[in-house]
Amino acid sequence: MTVRFLRTLLLLPVFGLLSGCNMVLMNPSGDIAMRQRDLILASTGLMLLIIIPVIAATLFFAWRYRQSNTEAAYDPDWHHSTHLEVLIWSAPLVIVVALGALTWISTHTLDPYRPLSRIDASRPLPEGVKPLVVEVVALDWKWLFFYPDQGIATVNEIAAPVDVPITFKITAATVMNSFFIPALAGQIYAMPGMETKLHAVINKAGMYEGQSANYSGSGFSRMNFRFIGLDQAGFDAWVAKAKQANKPLSRDAYLELERPSEREPVRFYSSVDSGLYGQILNMCAVPGKMCMHEMMAIDAKGGAGKDSHANRARLEYDNRYAERGDEGNAATVGGSGRESHSSEQPQGMKPKSIAPDVTPRGAAEQPGTGHDGHAGHGDHGTSPSDGPSGADPVAPGQLNK
Amino acid sequence: MAAHSTAALTAEDFQGPGDTPVFLDAEGRHHPENGTMLGFWLYLMSDCLIFAALFAVYAVLGRNYAAGPSPKDLFDLKLVALNTSMLLFSSITYGFAMLAMEKDDQDRMQLWLAITGLFGLCFIGLELYEFHHLIHEGATPQRSGFLSAFFTLVGTHGLHVSLGLVWLVVLMVQAHMRGLGDANKRRLLCLSMFWHFLDVVWIGVFTFVYLMGVL
Amino acid sequence: MFSNPDLQKLLFGRLTLDAVPLHEPILLITFAMVGLGGVAVLGGLTYFRLWGPLWRDWFTSVDHKKIGIMYIVLALVMLLRGFADALMMRAQQAMAFGDVEGYLPPHHYDQIFTAHGVIMIFFVAMPLVTGLMNFVVPLQIGARDVAFPFLNNFSFWMTVAGAVTVMASLFVGEFARTGWLAYPPLSGPAMSPGVGVDYYIWALQIAGIGTLLSGINLIATIVKMRAPGMSMMKMPIFTWTALCTNILIVAAFPILTAVLAMLSLDRYVGTHFFSNDLGGNPMMYVNLIWIWGHPEVYILILPAFGVFSEITATFSRKRLFGYASMVYATVVITILSYLVWLHHFFTMGSGASVNSFFGITTMIISIPTGAKIFNWLFTMYKGRIDFDVPMLWTVGFMVTFTIGGMTGVLLAVPPADFVLHNSLFLIAHFHNVIIGGVLFGMLAGITYWFPKAFGYKLDPFWGKTSFWFWLTGFWFAFAPLYVLGLMGVTRRVQHFDDPSLQIWFIIAAFGAFLILLGIASFAVTLVVSFLRREELRDVTGDPWNGRTLEWATSSPPPDYNFAFTPVVHDHDAWWDMKKRGYTRPVSGFQKIHMPRSTAAGIILGVLSIVFSFAMIWYIWWLAALSFVAIAVVAIGHTFNYARDFYIPVDEVVRTENARTALLAERV
Repeated sequence: MTVRFLRTLLLLPVFGLLSGCNMVLMNPSGDIAMRQRDLILASTGLMLLIIIPVIAATLFFAWRYRQSNTEAAYDPDWHHSTHLEVLIWSAPLVIVVALGALTWISTHTLDPYRPLSRIDASRPLPEGVKPLVVEVVALDWKWLFFYPDQGIATVNEIAAPVDVPITFKITAATVMNSFFIPALAGQIYAMPGMETKLHAVINKAGMYEGQSANYSGSGFSRMNFRFIGLDQAGFDAWVAKAKQANKPLSRDAYLELERPSEREPVRFYSSVDSGLYGQILNMCAVPGKMCMHEMMAIDAKGGAGKDSHANRARLEYDNRYAERGDEGNAATVGGSGRESHSSEQPQGMKPKSIAPDVTPRGAAEQPGTGHDGHAGHGDHGTSPSDGPSGADPVAPGQLNK
Repeated sequence: MAAHSTAALTAEDFQGPGDTPVFLDAEGRHHPENGTMLGFWLYLMSDCLIFAALFAVYAVLGRNYAAGPSPKDLFDLKLVALNTSMLLFSSITYGFAMLAMEKDDQDRMQLWLAITGLFGLCFIGLELYEFHHLIHEGATPQRSGFLSAFFTLVGTHGLHVSLGLVWLVVLMVQAHMRGLGDANKRRLLCLSMFWHFLDVVWIGVFTFVYLMGVL
Repeated sequence: MFSNPDLQKLLFGRLTLDAVPLHEPILLITFAMVGLGGVAVLGGLTYFRLWGPLWRDWFTSVDHKKIGIMYIVLALVMLLRGFADALMMRAQQAMAFGDVEGYLPPHHYDQIFTAHGVIMIFFVAMPLVTGLMNFVVPLQIGARDVAFPFLNNFSFWMTVAGAVTVMASLFVGEFARTGWLAYPPLSGPAMSPGVGVDYYIWALQIAGIGTLLSGINLIATIVKMRAPGMSMMKMPIFTWTALCTNILIVAAFPILTAVLAMLSLDRYVGTHFFSNDLGGNPMMYVNLIWIWGHPEVYILILPAFGVFSEITATFSRKRLFGYASMVYATVVITILSYLVWLHHFFTMGSGASVNSFFGITTMIISIPTGAKIFNWLFTMYKGRIDFDVPMLWTVGFMVTFTIGGMTGVLLAVPPADFVLHNSLFLIAHFHNVIIGGVLFGMLAGITYWFPKAFGYKLDPFWGKTSFWFWLTGFWFAFAPLYVLGLMGVTRRVQHFDDPSLQIWFIIAAFGAFLILLGIASFAVTLVVSFLRREELRDVTGDPWNGRTLEWATSSPPPDYNFAFTPVVHDHDAWWDMKKRGYTRPVSGFQKIHMPRSTAAGIILGVLSIVFSFAMIWYIWWLAALSFVAIAVVAIGHTFNYARDFYIPVDEVVRTENARTALLAERV
């Protein structure tokens, strides 16, 4: 009795902690996330049917057949029982069959590519409702959102009206990220040159956290954004606010924005150059580049033949920071203002024709500058253009043909 | 280790008189089988998986020309057919070398091995010529995903053949120095498996990369 | 350094004095500690004149027992490094909230979580598993060594070379900041131009060669060298799991080699396998690396299952329940482990049918795994369980692993994975199975076979202390991560804004501290047991009343393992021998054929370190030179035909008579 009381006493702070924290996955605000939670609970319950007896039996057998308990039966040669064998294979099998059926059905109904069929558990989707389309781009290290129907764009903040289906089209500019709003729906990867989709709906007004869930370099930890669920009037006001920002997102403005930076503040763009999202997706936002879909059309017809050398430069994409004079981004040198330990770019980065001229004499002697990691953060955040280009040993002018 | 390659003994081989079981091999009759051929075969299978990965990569990237040249623009089937015949002939001559080895005819074996080596050299030479030609035309491994996968798959095979040639020379020297003992015979058999294996892989490359690329 | 930059580049590649991170206080302290420790060890070796014996009896030895022990020593040393990384991460995450940055800036933190993963998998878990298999398998099958003794030594030194390469990145340059699987394009030349990813690639390539060769070696050993009478279905379960693990190694590691080779080509030559542009495909890397990566998980866990099977039967004083179903379960897991890799990236958007297929195959693996748990359970049933330290680990494993398995199956449900993927829930899950499964298994195995290796048992008091610290520490460290995962917190984050999370990270850090005490207790166990070795001495060679052949010989076994090859009639051959009145022969010994030691393995290992270092730093002349040297040494070694010798009869007689005397003394 006292033991049980003590145990309860010990567990109390744990319960206190659990009730104090917001387990957003267990208490989400969007229908998709809600169904994902139900699935987690159902699967866990199904598995506990076998897990609890196994753990109980382990502890019980361990106690019961301990060496000092000479009263328990001892049968050193008992090693086979067909009945038990059938049981130990079929018990997990039954659970897995049930779970497998659940998996097959739920994976198809909750497929992120599948348009929604309901707003929440009690309301099916009314006919003719047009979903809100949001085009998402993961940049180093901030999120850019396009609202094609509203003609606006934002950085690090999205809003959506409550109970209206949202269609996210997701891509990335440099490396793989994962677009994740835990309260709304599960995550999906954001990958350069590719588009993934996510359909979701928010059922409760409020401010929610969004983040990149896949590590993407040194600014990753602060690659968060805000997701706001609003009523229709609030959403219209939010769009109007963006329109009033009176700041267009031109191609050039995008190329500035694209440069690696951390802790970007929320920004609104009142208008967007037409087709910009498509250019980003097709890796041709930089003027003069060939778009992926053009390239794929040529490839589908069997390539462009031997005399197509010019196409190569038009398709080079990954090296654009180095070509523009920014430092390489992400893992090695980020917005932290730190220099790479090696001051030379690997060979693969150099366009072959101009490679000999890329590294100025004595580049290797450049002293490592700016080891003041923390101090630099704030500044880089507000103005992405003043990147750490001053310390860059690769002269930008020479790389820009 | 030793030359005993008798089949494995079982517990029945150690029945004592009456019911008393025998628990030890007191006369030292048990000699574990030599595992070299099995081990080498396992190595070949692992190598086969490296090629499988490269073939898979070629299957994924093989049509990503990056608005550049395609197999039809680049491959010279006649040259590749000649190249293929070099490798196939070298396999046959290696077979003759192994027949000579079975008869313990060292001289004849060395002769066939030398011919095998020459065929192998021709193969490598033709491949290098082809690579040189492609690079000269601007079809470098850096040009497109297709060319990266092509050069890597074919180049990996070429590296294997080159390694095989070095190995061949070493074994010819060793056979010359120490004669055709058990150890040297085993080594020559391993190289034989390796050489034929590369032949099989090349047939895959020829069909999958060259023929299917051009036809 | 030089006035002429061209000359400097020629001589040193991209290596400059800046590469030594003298501006990092944490690293400077580490330098100092490693330096002092190194001097102390080297001084001690010199003072006690141990260099000669170390070289002759260990470094150049082809004895599988010594190589196995060296693997485990390597793993334990690397465990300290990997665990130091873990402590640093836990400390950082426990403090970096709001305005507090913590003490690790992102560029350092990112290296640490990458290094932690790489080291723990490749240089702790793998050497533990390989070491244990190396030590135990030939003894369990009644063999005198492995099929290719020199290759075994070479494999070990390649693993060491990989470990040294990783450690070098701490002091010269940097390690990868990409996460332990280094997904491109982040790990490609444009996004990671530094040496970090190159260190990663070369360390894994070199260690991978060692692992692959050791896999081939052990398969050939198990297939060809079993004692007479030991049919496949009479093999001890640990040997079975070792066989399946090595088959997995041979079938999986070539994929890793190929995928890393392609990544190196992207980085060194500028090809377009995994780039975004010019027809590359980064998703292909993710697929290929997990085609290796998922079997790798089973490579680690299967031998642990084998260890638990041996321990449960031995300490329950009862034959293993359901031997045949245990074997089938192992084989089924081996095959299925190739059909599940996509569950690591359901969120890539492969489509519902593909995702469900891989989700369901993943769940199917839980059926044989569940059967195994039941088999251990029914082995305990009607047993007489002696709760010595190995058995404690086993029961701790059964409870912990079952829960880890459950969360794993949960993650295999794709829609659930969409919210749990990349979260701390996932982190908690795989630590739950890797610590609760692999590590508990290896520590149990070390405790179990330690007397066989050294002739005395480990001190049970400190062993139990270590166990309880590990078990409670594990739950304190990872239960909060499950909770945090459900709070939507993702992995690899260096700083948090939400202060309400902090308490959970503090609890997790406390758990890591308990694990530290567990590791310290394990170290104390080793020291105390060494000091008390006379009390803990095992004269019989069979300290636990064992069941399999390794207990039939002395502790530690003679170089030749068995004076006479045993003949096997039943499962649990040694138990059968004891039961049917086997008596140890005291005469009639013969000379024994054995492989000879060689220095070629360690020389090739050192040259590989030089080669990889030169490649990482673009010191092309050194790379070429060391490559030629490797080729020359390797070819030169093949000219050495004197690879075996006979232990003369008198030496065998002397060894065996000493044992006879010892046994007589005890009676």
